[in-house]
Amino acid sequence: MSVRAESVRSGWERATGPRAVGILGIALGALSFWLALPPVHARNTVLPVAVGILGAAAGIWAVSRRERRVGWGAIAAALVGIVGAILATRSSLTHLDIVVFWGALVTATLRWATPLTFAAIGGMFSERSGVVNIGLEGMMLVGAFFGALGADKTGSWEGGLLIAMAAGGALALIHAFFAIHLRADQIVGGTAINFLALGITGYLYVDVYGQQGTPTNLPAIPDVHFNWLQHVPPHQLGSFLDNSFGQMNLMVWLMFPLLIVSYIVMFKTPIGLRIRAVGEHPRAADTVGISVYAVRYSAVVVSGVLAALGGAYLSIGFVHSFSEGMTNGRGFIALAALIFGGWRPFGAFGAALLFGFSSALALRLPDAYGSSAGTLFQALPYVLTLIAVAGVIGRSIPPAAIGRPYKKQ
Amino acid sequence: MYQRAGGIVTPLITALFAFVVGGLVVVATTGKNPLSTYRAIFDGTGLNWLFPWVSGVARHDAALNLQQTLLVMAPLMLTGLAVAFAFRCGLFNIGGQGQYTVGTVVAVQTGIWFASMPKPAHILIAIVLATLAGAVWAGIAGVLRATVGAHEVITTIMLNWIALWVASYLVGFGGPLQDKRFGAVNPNTPDIVASAKLPVFWGDPQLQGLHIGFFIALAALVVFWIVLSRTTLGYEVRAVGFNAEAARYSGINVPRSYFLAMAISGAFAGLAGAIDLLGWEFHLDLTVVQSSQIGFFGIAVALLGRNSAVGVFFASLVFAALLNGTSARALDPSIFDPQLAGNLTRIIQGLVVLFVGADLLVVYLWQARRKLGLVGRDGLEPGKEPAAS
Repeated sequence: MSVRAESVRSGWERATGPRAVGILGIALGALSFWLALPPVHARNTVLPVAVGILGAAAGIWAVSRRERRVGWGAIAAALVGIVGAILATRSSLTHLDIVVFWGALVTATLRWATPLTFAAIGGMFSERSGVVNIGLEGMMLVGAFFGALGADKTGSWEGGLLIAMAAGGALALIHAFFAIHLRADQIVGGTAINFLALGITGYLYVDVYGQQGTPTNLPAIPDVHFNWLQHVPPHQLGSFLDNSFGQMNLMVWLMFPLLIVSYIVMFKTPIGLRIRAVGEHPRAADTVGISVYAVRYSAVVVSGVLAALGGAYLSIGFVHSFSEGMTNGRGFIALAALIFGGWRPFGAFGAALLFGFSSALALRLPDAYGSSAGTLFQALPYVLTLIAVAGVIGRSIPPAAIGRPYKKQ
Repeated sequence: MYQRAGGIVTPLITALFAFVVGGLVVVATTGKNPLSTYRAIFDGTGLNWLFPWVSGVARHDAALNLQQTLLVMAPLMLTGLAVAFAFRCGLFNIGGQGQYTVGTVVAVQTGIWFASMPKPAHILIAIVLATLAGAVWAGIAGVLRATVGAHEVITTIMLNWIALWVASYLVGFGGPLQDKRFGAVNPNTPDIVASAKLPVFWGDPQLQGLHIGFFIALAALVVFWIVLSRTTLGYEVRAVGFNAEAARYSGINVPRSYFLAMAISGAFAGLAGAIDLLGWEFHLDLTVVQSSQIGFFGIAVALLGRNSAVGVFFASLVFAALLNGTSARALDPSIFDPQLAGNLTRIIQGLVVLFVGADLLVVYLWQARRKLGLVGRDGLEPGKEPAAS
């Protein structure tokens, strides 16, 4: 009923609806912080605080109109923006210019968000079909190792990617078999996958590469160059665009079609409808002739393949080497992004951008403010996710049948 | 789903299977004899000390190795109990590692403070505070589960990483707990004072002898059993674990049980951190904070031990023996590379966790055996339900 009510609303009503106002509030909150940063450099706190308060007011209005998720988001964004702006005006200009170099921040944000997005989208397929995937971390790690090994042995990065995908898919197949056919507990299974991946990659790494580490001439996933971007007028915009997007890895660009395709597949095609049906109510799906097992198996394997791509990007697209346990919790951040984004592709991408931005900032903070500031910042994604699942900023609601094994009748 | 205790067949088969697969890995990758490799790992555990015919230098070495194995076993027992206690309430506490880390941080700070206290009081206060810290850290997840229904797996994973980064900040460069006297590559806290160190009862106190934390862990096993089997709280926890809905209908306060089960579970993990720190580590350093896996091994210990006190005792012995037997100090590198062996431990751990939860596999295999005509019609295991259909 509410769907129909929304669809008959006019464009104007939608633009002044609580949701739009809440989003405006989020934007105002971000703006209040931005005003205190280069290149604007507001040196007194009045303007940023005023903008922030406007944002908070928009949020409060939206909350009062029952748009709780966006509304609380706007209030939080405004508070963070005001605090950030006050801190920034107290900070020296040289420190700010070291940390906030926008072009570098944008490109670093995208670079950090890419592996998270690949894994989170993978997780979305698995979890939407009703299979919890705690094992994303392990599947990423396997992708990172076999990507490096494959690139080394085949002498090409394409080979590395293919072998990484196969390895991730195979590990996911183990998870799927235990979760679906053996009806073992999915969280225990995913934990086992993580342990296994750590052991297998560590063992093979020591066995194959030993003390030397992966070779320095490992074939790498190429960067895509857009030299014309720096000629975009005006000069400042051109150099910003060039610093941001002029030289990014192929995998970063591939992330965007992946997002669009996965959105369309999940929400606009019969395949996606089947996946979601199986994740929400497997018995009903079974009754209308959908094979629950087949859907779940394919979804879990796809999740392993995508997570492995994210891992392979880390080893042969970003760092150009492999080290033991190199994913270092990124699979769990991806899981967090998935939950934070409400099991939707663009939601997960937004969360991955946020987490990527906090990683990018955490790496630049030490240059100006000492290393301890950056370390504490690394905890931010996890704190945000904890708040999100606690339901303070609107509850994240998982698929109904998630984690429940299905038994054919 | 998780609450089940008892049943020794599946864990034994699983452990055996995991070791066989581990042996196959050894043969396939290095071509070495798996039996001699396992023999070397076994000698590294010091368990040969139990054989009366081992004597002289070998006996002395075995004693040293066994002390180290038991030193690892004590915290494993406790993190295993932590996971097991939550499991019995139907909760999966995957956050033992974070609770353990919080425990070590509180223990190190308490061990540095109160320097003028008498020894028993200092030890007691450090242990109590660290245990409480673990309980609080897990309690956050418990509260969230009890009030808004946030799944404890997600929240404890997040709490793990928050604990890791906050502890890294505290201990790391420029952090408030860092020992500023040394500009070390690997930043660390100062050592705790002598009055907070646990007494050593076996071996040389200067060389990581076995401290009384081992008995604290054994006492925790007894407490675990008493709380679960002999108290109202334990009864309620188990009832919720069996069937939360039925427990609610019979008047049990389910959210309260969730919260208490998580808090008690975290207390065990925090205690594990306390005895490790006060018993032999004496200070924290950044590498240890970031690479410690004791809490995660607790998951394997609890699952292999079937969430029972006795099971956790034996499972923690198995994993402590594996961890110590494959450590660079105990394993002879001429027989097997300790780095490989350490990862072999992880593979075995993964296989144990993977297979011990999959009862149906055993049932399937049993049925397959019947189909092959190896046994008669009544070929089901005694006491086991027919393949729950």
